[in-house]
Amino acid sequence: MRAGILSKSSLQRALRSTPHRSRSSGFQNTAIRFASSISQRPGASHVSFPGAVKSVFTSDLKFALPSDHPALPTYRVVDQDGNIVDSSFKPDLSNEEVVKLYKDMLTVSIMDPVMFDAQRQGRISFYMVSAGEEAISVGSASALNREDVVFCQYREQGIFAQRGFTLKDFTDQLFANKHDRGKGRNMPVHYGSKELNIHTISSPLATQIPHASGAAYALKMQRINDPSLPPRVVAVYFGEGAASEGDFHAALNIAATRSCPVIFICRNNGYSISTPTLEQYRGDGIASRGIGYGIDTVRVDGNDIWAVREVTKKAKEMALQDGGKPVLIEAMSYRVSHHSTSDDSFAYRARVEVEDWKRRDNPIARLRKYMEANGFWDESKEKDARESIRRAVLKAFSEAEREKKPPIRTMFEDVYEDLTPDLKAQMEQLRQHLEKYPDEYDVTEFEGGIDSLKAQKP
Amino acid sequence: MKHTVALLRLGRVSSPVNILNKCTRPVSYRLRRQNYSTHPTNAKLNLPTDYSTTPLLAHGAQQALSNPELPPEAKNGTAKRMNLFQAINDALSTALAEDENVLVFGEDVSFGGVFRCTMKLAENFGGARVFNTPLTEQGIMGFGIGLAAEGMRPVAEIQFADYVYPAFDQLVNEAAKYRYREGTTGRSVGGLTVRMPCGGVGHGALYHSQSPESLFTHIPGLRVIMPRSPLQAKGLLLAAIRSNDPCVFMEPKILYRAAVEQVPTNPYTLPLSKAEILKEGKDVTIISYGQPLYTCDAAIQRAEEDLGISIELIDLRTIYPWDKETIFKSVRKTGRCMVVHESMVNAGVGAEVAAAIQEDPDTFIRLEAPVSRIAGWSTFTPLLYERFNIPDVARIYDGVKKLLEY
Repeated sequence: MRAGILSKSSLQRALRSTPHRSRSSGFQNTAIRFASSISQRPGASHVSFPGAVKSVFTSDLKFALPSDHPALPTYRVVDQDGNIVDSSFKPDLSNEEVVKLYKDMLTVSIMDPVMFDAQRQGRISFYMVSAGEEAISVGSASALNREDVVFCQYREQGIFAQRGFTLKDFTDQLFANKHDRGKGRNMPVHYGSKELNIHTISSPLATQIPHASGAAYALKMQRINDPSLPPRVVAVYFGEGAASEGDFHAALNIAATRSCPVIFICRNNGYSISTPTLEQYRGDGIASRGIGYGIDTVRVDGNDIWAVREVTKKAKEMALQDGGKPVLIEAMSYRVSHHSTSDDSFAYRARVEVEDWKRRDNPIARLRKYMEANGFWDESKEKDARESIRRAVLKAFSEAEREKKPPIRTMFEDVYEDLTPDLKAQMEQLRQHLEKYPDEYDVTEFEGGIDSLKAQKP
Repeated sequence: MKHTVALLRLGRVSSPVNILNKCTRPVSYRLRRQNYSTHPTNAKLNLPTDYSTTPLLAHGAQQALSNPELPPEAKNGTAKRMNLFQAINDALSTALAEDENVLVFGEDVSFGGVFRCTMKLAENFGGARVFNTPLTEQGIMGFGIGLAAEGMRPVAEIQFADYVYPAFDQLVNEAAKYRYREGTTGRSVGGLTVRMPCGGVGHGALYHSQSPESLFTHIPGLRVIMPRSPLQAKGLLLAAIRSNDPCVFMEPKILYRAAVEQVPTNPYTLPLSKAEILKEGKDVTIISYGQPLYTCDAAIQRAEEDLGISIELIDLRTIYPWDKETIFKSVRKTGRCMVVHESMVNAGVGAEVAAAIQEDPDTFIRLEAPVSRIAGWSTFTPLLYERFNIPDVARIYDGVKKLLEY
């Protein structure tokens, strides 16, 4: 991208005036490596080039082949039938807590088809379901504290549900009514919450991944400045398709070099819209890349909520070690649903493949089997739970639909901290226009109608 | 004699590490470069800028301290001679000292930066707050956004404005829209400031000369700022860092060493989105920002002498959101207006300023000539031809004549 910048002599000159090591504690990676300290010793068996200091010399010309490396294993705790397969596993949640997580997953999976149909009827403009991936979001969220900061892609409704986003919160956003935190500016499913420490979702893929690295560095610095703060991590979610973006590369590399306490959680569900993983990458999934960045990595069965929870718990612990470091989790699953309401996935994959996945393995059924095997769930509880959740979803739905939209003025606010003179003038222009052509616009659904555009007294 | 001194300054402008020369140029080139910016012997207009006498810089401490925009603490303090990179360094040092949430990072900032703007900052404030990042502009911007979204005040550096494009998605879709899309959660990345050296240096060619400011002016949510001098750089950079809106701060790198003036030593800010009238006049208004202001000033001196007119010179300072009222007021008075900038004329800042002037009913009726734009041609900044591309004294002088002859 650019020419080399510094000559060796100027670099040495510069290094002479730079401190060897950062004064702040908790920064293992800030030491500056001097060219002189790593020069080649005579007869050394290791290469001492600055770029790879522990590489052994070899006289055997051999390329490293991806095929020489077996695929990283996928960790699971509970098999498809709900039986525990990790003998060292000890459930750390009460039955009530497990039921709560189960209901969080159910809530998402019941809300999804209702909203999908609402979009089909034209009552909301867009929707994305997360069928088949409920355990990844709910399971990982259950291993974090609410103070831990989360960045989402868009298929992580389960995190919101687990953290306490209510059905009203969901439906207010979907209908973009006046209670929507995003003030009716974002497409449906672009949720966000300050209280729950989840940043608002944006559509561009992977942009949130380096945000998470930066936010993690912020948390680390804030704790250095004020040690009374609790140790916190950042979790960031993205699909395997988003991992092809440059931002993924930038984020992992910068998190590793700056030792940021961030957990990267990739939902590898086999497809990005119509593109199967064979056209997305040729390596061993996303997990194999973590090692290349010097990041501790694990692959987990995303249909096993216990396994997701266990790896996230462990990842959080690791992320806070040694002053902070990044961890990568690749959670394997299958996108049972269409990509979104704008997609018919049977245009690019067989219906039978989807049906197979639904029947053979599904995170909700797997946890249900576990709960039933352990004697704290049964058919009648299942029926009651499903019915009460469905009633609550429909109630929130009809209430949110009836609410007014935010004031039209909202469209001009929050571009800057304060309205600029230009924006004030444009707001006035719009007001005059709406008054001049009252029959051309329906403003009645917006709180305050045209009046919200009037200049407000300071 | 004076001109020779100025020439040497121009030649050394990049940095002591002299980054551009280190890049690719063979020694023979550097020897030949002695003749590089020599002006034609008979030239009367296109003489090199003499920064040691220009009225646009405060050569005396009293002049600097009497700046009416300064707060009393700065006015009653002392002043010190600084060039532009030292003033930037002073502002960064002040920001780091006064707020523990301020962080400074980018490519090669740790040892002092390829233009020396971050000298001693890592030593004084620690490697945790002033640090190198991997070589990734999209990563630097995304990382800065994440920091700001969690309440920090990151000051990110893009090594050359020419290399900001990999970070464009992060700037346009993320930094600018963050507050807007968060709505009532109240989160924003207002703490973010992005610094980048910009503009021609005589030999920067395609990728060390660009001024992409007009690309940023099309992005609501960002403030785009370009200082013309050390005093301004300190005040505007501190204002940008303290601003609760994300700011793009563009530093004309040709001025890093060339522009030297007295700068108040106490902290102070200068107002954002406020233009500055550098010189009053009644016949023509010239609007510019950054380095071309010096060229404009030289052209104005010759034009006033030769044509017996008076010209008003205005520094936009903040390019977006810009100070329309000051410009309209001036043009209503003079009736003739020219916008000057280095970057390409097509859809440049001049287009926006000219359109706004003709669109304002009270200003439009006072126009006695079409608004003119003296700017870079609609090509790139080719190595050998920079002197024909960047607006110079002769083109501005001729532009003034044409405005009067219309």
